[in-house]
Amino acid sequence: MHEHTHHHHDHDHEHDHAHPHAPPAKDEKIHSYYQVLGLALKELLIEKGIVTADEIRATIEFRDSITPSTGAKIVARAWTDPAYKKRLLANGTEAIKEFGLDMGATVLDVVENTPKVHNMIVCTLCSCYPRGVLGLPPSWYKSREYRARAVREPRAVLAEFGTHLPDTVEVRVHDSSADLRYLVLPMRPAGTEKMNEEQLAALVSRDCMIGVSLPRQP
Amino acid sequence: MGKDFSPGDRVRVREDFPPGHIRTPVYVRGKEGVVTRGFGAFPNPEVLALGRDGLPKKALYEVRFKQTDLWPDYAGSPYDTLDIDIYEHWLAKIPR
Repeated sequence: MHEHTHHHHDHDHEHDHAHPHAPPAKDEKIHSYYQVLGLALKELLIEKGIVTADEIRATIEFRDSITPSTGAKIVARAWTDPAYKKRLLANGTEAIKEFGLDMGATVLDVVENTPKVHNMIVCTLCSCYPRGVLGLPPSWYKSREYRARAVREPRAVLAEFGTHLPDTVEVRVHDSSADLRYLVLPMRPAGTEKMNEEQLAALVSRDCMIGVSLPRQP
Repeated sequence: MGKDFSPGDRVRVREDFPPGHIRTPVYVRGKEGVVTRGFGAFPNPEVLALGRDGLPKKALYEVRFKQTDLWPDYAGSPYDTLDIDIYEHWLAKIPR
């Protein structure tokens, strides 16, 4: 969705006097077909009173507030609190509510990496992603190349992310084809026994919760 | 009508190519896998895509495939697998 319109040029001075408009700012792009369609739909929904402009604004603001650091906190909690980990694996949708998060119409399934199984997430059909816990997906996740290759040659893709796993480990790819969204619970790195939840969260990157990478070693 | 699948059931994905919005990727159609979990019933995306109500709901299952069954020339480990969520009307049980 387009987040702001460009009805006004962004000058830092008042200019109600009559001089010709300055040329458009460099970031002022011509809207694509789908951007125009999106804007038209947004304006119609507001005009018909189905949603208010402030509701759209607040939704965008809330969406933008969810970042991979949100997911990292959940992982760190699971690493330090065995009861939470159990709840998270049994019902991710419910367990993330403890962090004030909501999956909306989708279901969150948390898949645990073990010494024998490494999980990796993709959506071959589109770009389904656990937005409710990680925010917006990175552009590579939405690329045709990642979507096609993650299911066809996952180990080659992992190697390009610098992740090398022995053949004795099962690489388990999850293609998010329906109503579930997946989040990888990585293995807690060795040598982190004395770290607290906040320190542990700093080891957890977005990519290791997608399963293309591993947590940072302290 | 006996459509209920249980974890451990061997299933084959329908090899069919109807028009419309289908959430069963082509690369698993006609392939054999094992049901690992049932997630309950969800609105049918093929009906939702037409702007309708998605009813009747369809049961959704997680099906696990061996990568070597999906891709004959798979170059990874023979242990590697792929899990994907498939609605009941795309699955047929393979008799034991």
